[in-house]
Amino acid sequence: MGWYNKRLAKSLWVFHVSGSPCNNCDIEILDLLTPKYDVERLGIKLVGSVRQADVLLVTGVFNNKVAPKIKKLYEQAPKPVFVVAVGTCPASGCTFKDSYNTVEKREDVIPIDMYIPGCPPKPEAMIEAVAKLIGVLNG
Amino acid sequence: MIGKQILYLLVFPGLLFTCVLGLLIGWLDRKVSASFQFRVGPPIFQNFNDIFKLLGKEVILIKDTNITVFALAPIAAFSVMVFLSMSIGLVLFYGLGFGGDIIVMMYLFMFFSVAIIIGGSASGNVLSSLGAGREIKLLLADELAFILICLIPIIKSGYLLGLNEIVIAQSDGAFIGSISGFIGFLVGLLCIQAKMTLPPFHIPEAETELAEGPLMEYSGPLLALWKICQHMMWVIFPFFLIILFFGGFNLVGIGILWAILKYVLIIVLMIIIKNTNPRIQIDTALKFFWRYASPLALIGIILAVLGV
Ligand code: SF4
Repeated sequence: MGWYNKRLAKSLWVFHVSGSPCNNCDIEILDLLTPKYDVERLGIKLVGSVRQADVLLVTGVFNNKVAPKIKKLYEQAPKPVFVVAVGTCPASGCTFKDSYNTVEKREDVIPIDMYIPGCPPKPEAMIEAVAKLIGVLNG
Repeated sequence: MIGKQILYLLVFPGLLFTCVLGLLIGWLDRKVSASFQFRVGPPIFQNFNDIFKLLGKEVILIKDTNITVFALAPIAAFSVMVFLSMSIGLVLFYGLGFGGDIIVMMYLFMFFSVAIIIGGSASGNVLSSLGAGREIKLLLADELAFILICLIPIIKSGYLLGLNEIVIAQSDGAFIGSISGFIGFLVGLLCIQAKMTLPPFHIPEAETELAEGPLMEYSGPLLALWKICQHMMWVIFPFFLIILFFGGFNLVGIGILWAILKYVLIIVLMIIIKNTNPRIQIDTALKFFWRYASPLALIGIILAVLGV
């Protein structure tokens, strides 16, 4: 598996799952994919279909309405797939933590491999997180 | 004897050679596109990593669709691509061909689009079938112009249909040197751009609104087969144009350099067209091919008949 993991680490295709964020994290993700940061040199590519994804970038707090949809998206992705939670929202609930429809335990919806804190996190922080993921895959 | 043929099919100039060269050219395309946008771009073995990664992932087959057709479409496309790469490579590198192979080629070049249409509609996804519909329209648009430009070398070589006969007919000057040959090459370049669904003709897989279009529901090894096919086309189509208009390869001495130059010229032209044009609408594409490209190819044919 070591050899395969190295291949996987060099070509992580990300898919953007937007689970009711305030939209700021999504804009930061789009910033990440602009020529300035050039994540293609790490082999990272944004794909339009969840069937081709290796990494799900989940933003936003999970509420009762989107939680089943996020779960469905996760089940539609071909395994192995990693979930990276972007922003403070999926990590702790952020400003929405006392909201009436927030899901209590986000880990029950889908298994989250990595959190990137920040409201919203900088693109540099996201690159660092992805580099850490690559490091884990490379052993 | 049989062993030699299997070698032709699987190693050189068939499967292995075309795949490796195609994946490397795919990297060149991404690298040049990156430098167009002042980026660094991916490392050289990026496409190999992508393919190996896809080969190891899970295949998802959707329950209430036609699974047989869905799974067989990429396999059929892949085998046709391997056959095409072998027959074109044999003409170019060994001078072997058979009587009417340009007509067979014209049929087989269409096959990739047909496979995309079949696979896209079999997946049962709305966006996929929309993409397949667009692929049909694009095929209708470029096929007429493509067949017309294939006729130009046939006429100029004195009505010969074999690809290696066309190459031999060009031994005293390639067809691109004449006006009709130049028109044919120009239109042919745009046609292969459309057949490979590269920008500005990436209408079927429009990432922004159709999310990869016909390939949307494919995952794992089946998607890898599609990707390999798309990369093999980076080799097959330029080689075909080289046979038709550049007089093939002359692989002795300085001829090797010329051969590489011819190939790189076509690739660079394709990458420049790809990077300087935004996606056009489907009706604009139809209008472009039917109103401008096909009449231009027709003028080329008339000039070829007149011997210009
Ligand atoms: S973490 Fe902050 S910026 Fe990101 S979605 Fe939540 S509230 Fe918005």
